[in-house]
Amino acid sequence: MTASGTLRRVIPECVLALLLFAMVSGSAFAEGLMPHPPKGKGEHCVASTDVMRRNHMDLMKHQRDETVHEGVRGKPFGLAGCVGCHAVKGADGQPVSHGDSRHFCRSCHDYAAVSIDCFQCHASRPDEKVKGAEGSRSGLSGLAAFFQKERP
Amino acid sequence: MSVKATDESRRTFLRSAAGMAATLLAPGVTLYAMGDAAAAETAPASAKVRWGLLIDAARCKDGCSACIDACSAAFGWKDTGHPETDPQWVRKVSAKNPETGAGFSVPVMCQHCANAPCVDVCPTGASFKRADGIVLVDRHICIGCRYCMMACPYKARSFVHEPVENPKPDAPRGKGTVEGCTLCVHRIDAGGIPHCVEACQAAGGAMLFGDLGDPSSEIAKRIATYRTTRIREDLRCNTGIYYANI
Repeated sequence: MTASGTLRRVIPECVLALLLFAMVSGSAFAEGLMPHPPKGKGEHCVASTDVMRRNHMDLMKHQRDETVHEGVRGKPFGLAGCVGCHAVKGADGQPVSHGDSRHFCRSCHDYAAVSIDCFQCHASRPDEKVKGAEGSRSGLSGLAAFFQKERP
Repeated sequence: MSVKATDESRRTFLRSAAGMAATLLAPGVTLYAMGDAAAAETAPASAKVRWGLLIDAARCKDGCSACIDACSAAFGWKDTGHPETDPQWVRKVSAKNPETGAGFSVPVMCQHCANAPCVDVCPTGASFKRADGIVLVDRHICIGCRYCMMACPYKARSFVHEPVENPKPDAPRGKGTVEGCTLCVHRIDAGGIPHCVEACQAAGGAMLFGDLGDPSSEIAKRIATYRTTRIREDLRCNTGIYYANI
């Protein structure tokens, strides 16, 4: 067997090994950069993680208008629910405000470079009486209707 | 005078979901709702209701500020020594007859007009009237132009000039928007009464809250029985705040 023949056989293996290394180290690198939003209380959020990641802003805005203008309260997608359930405690044992980079909302918004205007007016820390996720069957059907409207 | 108006359409209805409810919208999209704590969802505001107040000047003590203190504590607005720019949701107004010396002192807040001038002039629709007569500012769409402040005959609205530190979850407030008395809409929606009325019941019992649209309510009966006055009735704003003995 000639030297060039050996080389020809080895090169694809080397390329494969390099590719594998790049994939592994690349994903590890990306993992380090990805945001890790703190988990909330309880087993589930008001909707699955994929839905919340993609649609939380629309869900909250939709419910916001219903609440402010029509007076419908207690639906599941209120900002106070997010803030209450996903509160992160600081060194003093008190929940951190949105001024702290550990705040639940900031963990992703900093990563995505999307500024949050909510906390210019709204509380970023939960009240003593934490409302948490105020889900209900009716809220669920409302969400289903919302999704069916948005995504036919 | 401890009367709490109840209204069928505004009463919160509880819908308890047994355990966890899950809905499958589409493959891979599952929605969850926590049903363990009976969650209360309130019905939308009804046009059959007209929330209002009756304030009796004869029972409102000169120098008492229980209603103002309760409102200030609940919503976080306060006197910082800059009366030109400090927000004021409610204030005590005193009047005296110079000839006789007799006078009275009553709280004046947003009068929750049926024909609200602030709603008429708002260029964005932020100043609006709910179906049940409560006049509010949607601060999500308020641009801070202050036309409503100029239009209001009762000087009931305030502009927030300074950043608000640590707003309360029930009372979002922010710099650059106009605000005013909400009649504690979050409490009313949950079946409660405004903070000022609650504080007044303990202090003097001069304030009565209820549904003006329901003839069987205490407030409607009193207004139908006794002579009451609304401030600047000549403007035909049809306010929801009635005063007795002024």
